[in-house]
Amino acid sequence: MANEQQAPAETKKPAEAKPTKRSLPWLSEAIVPLLAILTAVLIGAVIVFISIPSNKLPAFDLSLYGSRSDWFFSTLPERLRVTLSAFTGLFSGAFGDWSKPSTIPGAISNTLVESTPYILAGLAVAVTFKAGLFNVGAEGQLLMGALGSVAVAAFMPQWFGVASIPAIIHLPAALLAGVLAGAMWGIIPGYLRAKTGAHEVITTIMLNYIALQIMDYLINGVMKDKSATLQRTPFIHENAALPRIISKATDPSLTGGQAYPRLFTTTSSTWDLRIHMGIIIAFVMVGFIWWLMNRTPKGFEIKTVGENPEAARYAGMNITGTVVGAMGISGALAGLAGTSQVVGLEYNLKAVFSSGLGFDSLAIALLAKSNPIAIVPAALFWGALRTGAGAMQINTGISINLINIIQALVIMFIAADQIVRWIYRIKQAEGGKITFNRSWGK
Amino acid sequence: MTANVVPALEVRNITKQFPGVLANDQISFTLLPGEIHAFLGENGAGKSTLMNILYGLYDPDQGEILINGELAKIKNPADAIRLGLGMVHQEYALVDTLTVTENIILGTELRNGPILNAKEASQRVRELSEQYGLAVPPDAIVGDLPVGVQQRVEILKALYRNVNMLILDEPTAVLTPQEADDLFRVMRELADQGKALIFITHKLREVREVADRITVLRRGKVVGGADPKTASEGQLAALMVGRDVVLKVDKTAANPGDAVLKVRNLKLRDDRGLTVLDDVSLDVHAGEVLGIAGVQGNGQTELVEAITGLQHLPTGSIELLGKDITNRPPRSITEQGVAYIPEDRKGTGLVLGYSIRDNLVLSTYYKAPFTKGLTFNDAAIDENAKELIETFDVRTPSATTTAGSLSGGNQQKIIVAREFTRENRLLIASQPTRGIDVGSIEFIHNQIIKQRDAGLAVLLVSAELDEILSLADRVAVMYHGKIVGILPIAEATRERVGLLMAGIQEQPNGK
Amino acid sequence: MKFTRARGVGLLGIFIAIVLIFAVNNSLGNKITEKSKIQSIWDFTSTIRIPDSANMKVDPKAPPVAAIELPTMITISLICGALVIAGGTLIAKNPERGWVAPYMSSVIALGFFSILLWAVANNSVDLSDTLSRVVRLGTPIAIGALAGIVCERSGVVNIGIEGMMLTAACFGYAAAAISARAIYGDALPESAVRGVVWMPLIIGILGAIVTGGMMAALHAWLSIRFKVDQVISGTVINIMAVGITGFTRTNFLLKFESPLRTGLPQMPLGPLADIPLLGPILFDHKPITYLMILMVFGLNFFLFRTVWGLRTRAIGEHPKAADTVGINVNRMRYRNVIIGGMIAGVAGAWFSLEGSFGFDDGMTSGQGFISLAAMIFGKWNPIGAFGGSLLFSSADALQLKVQAYSFDLPSQFMQMLPYVVTLIVLAGVIGRARPPAASGKVYEK
Repeated sequence: MANEQQAPAETKKPAEAKPTKRSLPWLSEAIVPLLAILTAVLIGAVIVFISIPSNKLPAFDLSLYGSRSDWFFSTLPERLRVTLSAFTGLFSGAFGDWSKPSTIPGAISNTLVESTPYILAGLAVAVTFKAGLFNVGAEGQLLMGALGSVAVAAFMPQWFGVASIPAIIHLPAALLAGVLAGAMWGIIPGYLRAKTGAHEVITTIMLNYIALQIMDYLINGVMKDKSATLQRTPFIHENAALPRIISKATDPSLTGGQAYPRLFTTTSSTWDLRIHMGIIIAFVMVGFIWWLMNRTPKGFEIKTVGENPEAARYAGMNITGTVVGAMGISGALAGLAGTSQVVGLEYNLKAVFSSGLGFDSLAIALLAKSNPIAIVPAALFWGALRTGAGAMQINTGISINLINIIQALVIMFIAADQIVRWIYRIKQAEGGKITFNRSWGK
Repeated sequence: MTANVVPALEVRNITKQFPGVLANDQISFTLLPGEIHAFLGENGAGKSTLMNILYGLYDPDQGEILINGELAKIKNPADAIRLGLGMVHQEYALVDTLTVTENIILGTELRNGPILNAKEASQRVRELSEQYGLAVPPDAIVGDLPVGVQQRVEILKALYRNVNMLILDEPTAVLTPQEADDLFRVMRELADQGKALIFITHKLREVREVADRITVLRRGKVVGGADPKTASEGQLAALMVGRDVVLKVDKTAANPGDAVLKVRNLKLRDDRGLTVLDDVSLDVHAGEVLGIAGVQGNGQTELVEAITGLQHLPTGSIELLGKDITNRPPRSITEQGVAYIPEDRKGTGLVLGYSIRDNLVLSTYYKAPFTKGLTFNDAAIDENAKELIETFDVRTPSATTTAGSLSGGNQQKIIVAREFTRENRLLIASQPTRGIDVGSIEFIHNQIIKQRDAGLAVLLVSAELDEILSLADRVAVMYHGKIVGILPIAEATRERVGLLMAGIQEQPNGK
Repeated sequence: MKFTRARGVGLLGIFIAIVLIFAVNNSLGNKITEKSKIQSIWDFTSTIRIPDSANMKVDPKAPPVAAIELPTMITISLICGALVIAGGTLIAKNPERGWVAPYMSSVIALGFFSILLWAVANNSVDLSDTLSRVVRLGTPIAIGALAGIVCERSGVVNIGIEGMMLTAACFGYAAAAISARAIYGDALPESAVRGVVWMPLIIGILGAIVTGGMMAALHAWLSIRFKVDQVISGTVINIMAVGITGFTRTNFLLKFESPLRTGLPQMPLGPLADIPLLGPILFDHKPITYLMILMVFGLNFFLFRTVWGLRTRAIGEHPKAADTVGINVNRMRYRNVIIGGMIAGVAGAWFSLEGSFGFDDGMTSGQGFISLAAMIFGKWNPIGAFGGSLLFSSADALQLKVQAYSFDLPSQFMQMLPYVVTLIVLAGVIGRARPPAASGKVYEK
């Protein structure tokens, strides 16, 4: 790429024009995100410290403590202990209790399972960031993907009046249905943005609510499993399921008679893991998106439209097509996230399916600075945080909502990196800030 | 000018350093009440920096400013105004959606408590406009007014604040010669009423017409003064650029061939329903430069964008080499051999955050050899960058440097390199040399003539009449969206073109 | 024939009208088989009642002032026919501007009216109550839109209104609950049980206002001081709001016992409230609704008639121009964003103290975003935005109203109506609306 020998001697450019080389470029890139996370988690710890539920502490008693502040100070060691246990709970939830090695595979598998939709949805948002769009619609696109895939995975044999369809057709059909449904839900706001100027932030949020209602309607209507007490669809056909990697065989009595595939079957409870092929698909998509964005003309168009839409137009690029395409790819990826949850993990679609994944994916894409490769560590971190938070809530009674606060703080520190740089005295890096097509209109 | 008059403004040894540039270097001058003091210098000579320091927008690194003989600290525009110093910026500081009155009183409102006193304010504006002979409609929305009137609003805005010094930064850039004359009359009137005026320009003719005194700036330094009555344009030009300049481009007479571009009956209205293009028809022939003269904003931009497919046309037709290209997508027009230098190099010509290498393939990236199969061919893109940087003399440390970190001249060379090296039949250059250094101007002018001599049809749009007159073989003049005349270069005198630019129609035989 | 916005909107209007007429025809047709009394779909009537609010206080069975019996099918056919004709004209004439928003508003308003007639076929509906609901449910949307206007007119995009409302709703309720307990202890005194206890409620509203202002201060700090992209900064506010309110609710509100049981009371304005139709719509509301109407006209006055308004409009349009005449752009933006947040706080108070009493996770349910759509619909003018709010809230009012009738359309479709309408309106009008020029742009000297 570089062409240094070209540098003519007579130029007297300011110093910042020269490409700087560092020994570990990725580290200097990663330092601010890492410190942003650290700072956000520390603030989270302070919140835990202050707001520990009273049942975890000796009760305030005027005769014992004299005043509220005395009580507060005398409970300091106890508070510290609970705060620490909150974070050890967080850690062991995500990576296992290392004093009991048998918990480790299960915890790590859970983290990877949790991270799978984050990788895909994070990629989805990153693609739109590159195109200068702010897609808050990953949630709705994911729901539509889940709906599309469950329709095919659970009902396709019925449509053709057969008992089953070979996996070689049924599984790809289910995946494709999910991808297309998600893509459609991305293309609508993309088209509206490109053609009418309706801002994607509002339209995608409206579409999230609409998707939620559509799902509610279908799950309570044509797609409802009449035999179930819960509001959910029937179990998907076993031929449409993504295999788990290693797990015990399914108990057909719990899955409506379906025996879902595993790559390796085990009888050990330690190795009865939920991890499924969705994570492999996610990694493949990371590679694909990296290739698309960095090696192909289409990716170049998406980036150019994001950097400077006017220059892209003047260079003959098709803005509408590119914006719609980027939103379509984004929707497809988010749809795939929903699909992999349905055909890899849940095997059916319940009325309570996804929660807050749209915002999570925004945070992940910002954390990764829209770099497809960096999405992986960012999503793994997020998956670990979410997985661990459940354990933390059980250990300490601290609300899982703490994670949302930490999440907002992470985004804040990433977006306003001057705050982090100021706290830790890091010099300002060259290079632009993130900006989006900001006006409401066209 | 007597020696014992206290100067309204005295500047001593102002120095201002920007990263990489010494914008002002030990500048000193005085400004007397009742005089028009012109500052002459080419782009980047430091005129605007100096004025922004006076107006409190920049802090000087060194030096002092005295107003009426007293040391003054100007930290922001409010200070400047309080000290009696007003400024009319090159880009008007007017809020388009507000009325004339609202714009004028903004910041020093006439009020009853928190409530605006609209009636009295508009009355006050009317009085001021009569006092100085600056006619404006007080209740009109500023965005609806022509630029000449907007400029008067800007001047009134300063006068409303009782300034006794007024800085006019390139005030004639967007005016017709006749509007400019009108402005000069107002300037004279103000000077006669005792105001001191600073007039910034790079147009030699204008300083000689209106100034009492001339100071020439070059590369941030005062390089000399001159008396407008005695100095010749040649002398001033030499002072301004530091060497004898060739105001004329070396070229032979044109040898026009067949019409490459035929534009017929283009009509267009803008969002507000105002006519932008009014029945425009013209031909551009192979081997000639057709220059389009006119004050900015008279439809030139829309005409060029219509030809390049960037502006949808409801009526009219455009033919390139006999093929209809009306409302075709921009890329298909480009592929039929149209090169285009857009007027806004930073906003539309380049992606400033991209490397030079990527900018050099911004419109050809998808074609062989740059794309092979599905992916980019990096070797070819690198080779292309290396070659063009050399051929077009782009001064840069490397091909991976971002376009945004280069000077204007080098940025423009990237666009020229990218556009001129395709297989072209028609070349459209919009304001190709605006705001760039003299060296790059010469280079680009020569490239344009070279393309013409190679048999291309060239459509040149420029707000600089000098540029049109030195490059064009025929001159078309646009006024209010209309082509008001097309003259062969031999008949295109400054005066004739100037009249046409002001919309004063000639007798037939113009077309 | 080129596909333009006007033509697109015309086509959409015709499509909606045709779908509507077929759906009604089908649905009423099905009803005939159930009930033998009616012979043909043309025999259905929908009755619109305007109750006599004054006399109903004395005698709940007082006859209505008017009861208009409309033939259901004929009326809906006429409406749809008119919409088709108008849509066709729009397609044929392709006007450059001016007709898109009115046509779209009529499609929505008349479409809603038709759905209402359809739902109450062979039944009757109280018109005063329906329209009064529109105003009531439009309150948070309109106030949110005003908050958006104050921010955007001064050049700061505020996508965080939803979050500001949510946080304000949470802490407004918390402030009311805590102060009630601080004042009255575990139970209200006998004297206060029957009446309204104003003190804690007012403290609640003030708490909501302060909360909104604080969230807005964060938005201002991020986007002005740190020049964070305003869309990202607004998103930070929205996510933070979900976290803080969820955390506060589970860790605190759920366990907290407050003696306060009811929120802001109905406040009919004496005899004015008894005027048929007009009374219930305008003069029989709870306090924040009245406040909303005052704020709409108040902001309109402040924006266009005062020094503050002039300067606000200037810094949102051309901050440099304002700066050169000595206006401190960023200080003014800070102030206005915080004022906007405080206004959003009032909307938040509506959710937890007036619309209902209590706080629920995500109780603002996207109304903050709908506010922004209303602001755009109203072209950043308070009165226009108020109109937009009523358009959007009528979707919600209709949705709630038809629940009382046995109605063919699935409830989920009625519930998505407000969001669909927002989507369509946004796509239909936005190109015509020009935002303040500097909105979303960081101001640097």
